[in-house]
Amino acid sequence: MTASHMARTLLARLAAAPEGDGGSFWMPPQISTVAQSVDWLFHFILAISVFFFLLIVVVMVIFVLKYRRREGQEAESSPSHNLALEVTWTVIPVALVIVIFVIGFKGFLDMATPPANAYEVLVEGQKWNWSFTYPNGYVDENLHVPVDRPVRLVMSSADVIHSLYVPAFRIKNDVVPGRYSKVWFEATEPGEYDLFCAEYCGTSHSDMIAHVIVHPVGEFEPWLEKASNFLETMTPVDAGRKLFQVRGCTQCHSLDGSAKTGPTLLGVFGRATAMADGTTVTADENYIRESILEPGARVVAGFEPVMPTFQGRLKDPEIMAIIEYLKSPVGASEEE
Amino acid sequence: MAVANTVLTGDGQNAGVGPEENYINHGKGILSWLFTLDHKRIGIMYLVAILSSFFLGGVFAMFIRTELLTPGQTIMTADTYNKMFTLHGAVMIFLFIIPGIPATLGNFVLPLMLGAKDVALPRLNLASFWLWLIGASVAVASIIIGAVDTGWTFYTPYSTTTSTAVVAMTLGAFILGFSSIFTGLNFIVTIHKMRPEGMTWFKMPLFLWSLYSTAIIQVLATPILGITLLLLIAERTLGVGIFDPSLGGDPVLYQHFFWFYSHPAVYIMILPAMGIMSELISVFSGKHIFGYRFIAWSSIAIALLSFLVWGHHMFTSGQSSLMNMVFSALTFSVAIPSAVKVFNWLATMYKGSIRLAAPMLYALSFLFLFAIGGLTGLFLGSLSTDIHLHDTYFVVAHFHYVMFGGTVIAFLGGIHYWWPKLFGRMYSERWAQVSALLIFVGFNLTFFTQFVMGSHGMPRRYYNYLERFTAYHQASTVGSFILAIGFLIMAGYLAHSLMKGELAPANPWGAATLEWEISSPPPHNNFNHEMYAGDPYDLPALRWDPSINGYVRRDPSSILATTEEAG
Repeated sequence: MTASHMARTLLARLAAAPEGDGGSFWMPPQISTVAQSVDWLFHFILAISVFFFLLIVVVMVIFVLKYRRREGQEAESSPSHNLALEVTWTVIPVALVIVIFVIGFKGFLDMATPPANAYEVLVEGQKWNWSFTYPNGYVDENLHVPVDRPVRLVMSSADVIHSLYVPAFRIKNDVVPGRYSKVWFEATEPGEYDLFCAEYCGTSHSDMIAHVIVHPVGEFEPWLEKASNFLETMTPVDAGRKLFQVRGCTQCHSLDGSAKTGPTLLGVFGRATAMADGTTVTADENYIRESILEPGARVVAGFEPVMPTFQGRLKDPEIMAIIEYLKSPVGASEEE
Repeated sequence: MAVANTVLTGDGQNAGVGPEENYINHGKGILSWLFTLDHKRIGIMYLVAILSSFFLGGVFAMFIRTELLTPGQTIMTADTYNKMFTLHGAVMIFLFIIPGIPATLGNFVLPLMLGAKDVALPRLNLASFWLWLIGASVAVASIIIGAVDTGWTFYTPYSTTTSTAVVAMTLGAFILGFSSIFTGLNFIVTIHKMRPEGMTWFKMPLFLWSLYSTAIIQVLATPILGITLLLLIAERTLGVGIFDPSLGGDPVLYQHFFWFYSHPAVYIMILPAMGIMSELISVFSGKHIFGYRFIAWSSIAIALLSFLVWGHHMFTSGQSSLMNMVFSALTFSVAIPSAVKVFNWLATMYKGSIRLAAPMLYALSFLFLFAIGGLTGLFLGSLSTDIHLHDTYFVVAHFHYVMFGGTVIAFLGGIHYWWPKLFGRMYSERWAQVSALLIFVGFNLTFFTQFVMGSHGMPRRYYNYLERFTAYHQASTVGSFILAIGFLIMAGYLAHSLMKGELAPANPWGAATLEWEISSPPPHNNFNHEMYAGDPYDLPALRWDPSINGYVRRDPSSILATTEEAG
């Protein structure tokens, strides 16, 4: 009884699952200008597939029922080849795949060719977070874009291959170290959508998820201006907290006392810590600043020197804010 | 005719059951197996080794599915999970499915179908098995020294920078590659040089056509994998910059090299399965295969076209639109020969006399599952839809429908078909049907749900996942448990068959290929006469003999070479 109950619960949840993201049975919601044509082709191929699948299975079942072996009955003789028939079932699939190929390629060209006036955002992937740099130099952990305006992403990776994937937009492109890759989209509805890393990149690959926030008409610029001024509008501690999140520090440094790829920064300020070279260092403003700009200079004992430098990526006021944040009683009142 | 008949039975051939001497009791002790040159014993050793690998890979799969029951941690950490899916992929691909059918059933059956005493190069055959053992040991040793977390594709620069045991695993795959080349080379030579009188190219059983096409790919493509893995090892150990951009290399170049082998390798996996299908459908429909030449040529077409489609693994890598266009077009071309085969198999069943014995259940299962696997390939070959589906569970489901629903199901069909010949015993038909049904149901529940979550955007190789994908993952995991139960039942009744199964006649199914003309299990020397091979699908040449519970030839002299007619 419990087993059948569990099976029914699972089936019910399975039936409800496709609408979990607001889409149809097969596809997530259509939020970009290309989504509709991609979905049209998807359903076109689906129709062809269902037709041929049913053809194969129905013919198979009919033959099994009709020609099932009966006692003392041999197979009837019938020709063992038929050129016309065989040519037919070669040519029809050829014609169909040519049609599918042409539609798919045309759709792809639209996806690969950004309009000239696209708004440009720089993207960097690193294990295991995304950062998005806007034209005014502001960096955010999420991708904010205006609705109904083409956006072009210029992407690079700091370490291994990542892949930027937004299911609601039907776009995906690998982010390869040592080169810039580009992708564009035009969002059609305000809202918040998932942005995944789709190319396996190690331990926290499945947590390398950001959000795309599509702002309604007229709200994107004010948001960008407000967000960009966070150093002026926020207290240094709050600004530092934001930078600590946005710049991916949390991927390797916990604030709850547990060691990750790097040492925890819970109560780091003023703490005396043993270094890999045997010396002991009391973390003050200068040590933290040095660790951000020259991470390999003095590494805490027991950890690998794997942190990338933030030289040129963080401005002085930003480093100050981070130091102020680490001075504050972080950890106890923080979530994660 | 009467003379010929006594000649045959006098040799223990065409006798009902239980010849005193056979390849299993010919020579005793472990060494008589490990250093045998007998293709049948090498085939059996390969079968044991490869089924062990399948079990190991299956255990990894169960760990993966159990972990995915809930988002976040269920039974293991992210790093352990990453190693699990890498091991599952690497073991299943390199240890199990690539050597799978050719090295086991191919080794056993190919010389028998040719009426030959062995393959052309028996020592090379043994060397292939030993290389497999060494390669597999090195690969499995990598687990002990820390395992690998790169995925079975070893993409750079992740694989050149991770701290896990990449060198051991790739070295293992490198050695396994040579094992595969040796088998392929051997089969090409054997088929060219050792066909019996009467067996022209277009009188070959279609299983041999498929093994021949497979061998071409093995010999031409596997060296590329060897070089690629050596370059990877050179980059990791010597710091030579080939793929790592920080050393001046190009990571996408690795993908080209890797898939230049690994896409044709997909056809190394599926072609022999298609060959088995042609045999099963014909024999269990009691009909001559329909469209022999189209099926034979489609195997060759697949072997050649398979070299031209590797770029479809890189549609999202940023390669040029021109390359994407060319590879998309070529990818569709390889779909045609597969479709042709499916239609020919269906036509073979027309007006047949269809027996739903276990091998045929697997053949029907194959048609159902491979149809889904093949058709979902259209979504991935088409550019605009692939961009969305690439690297999601849709791809995972697609290749499991092809590799498991296709290759593994046909392999199981082949094992059930040739089992009486391999071991001289029958298995429980009823339990075989139960297990086939459980595998079919479990498989569809496991992988069909993955199509839907994939098209909704669930990326592959994810340890953690968003709450809304939970129901799919749980259904998939339940399916995998059903699948596992199906396999456990199979292990049970096959083990029982080995010990206590009913003795098998020489020809339990009424098939017309030569391996069924000798006793089950075959004698050490296979054939004592030069054989003559006629049409391999001339099933009316056989009749049911209730006294031995098997089939016999109406005219036994028809399979003796003319040079031997005097007896």
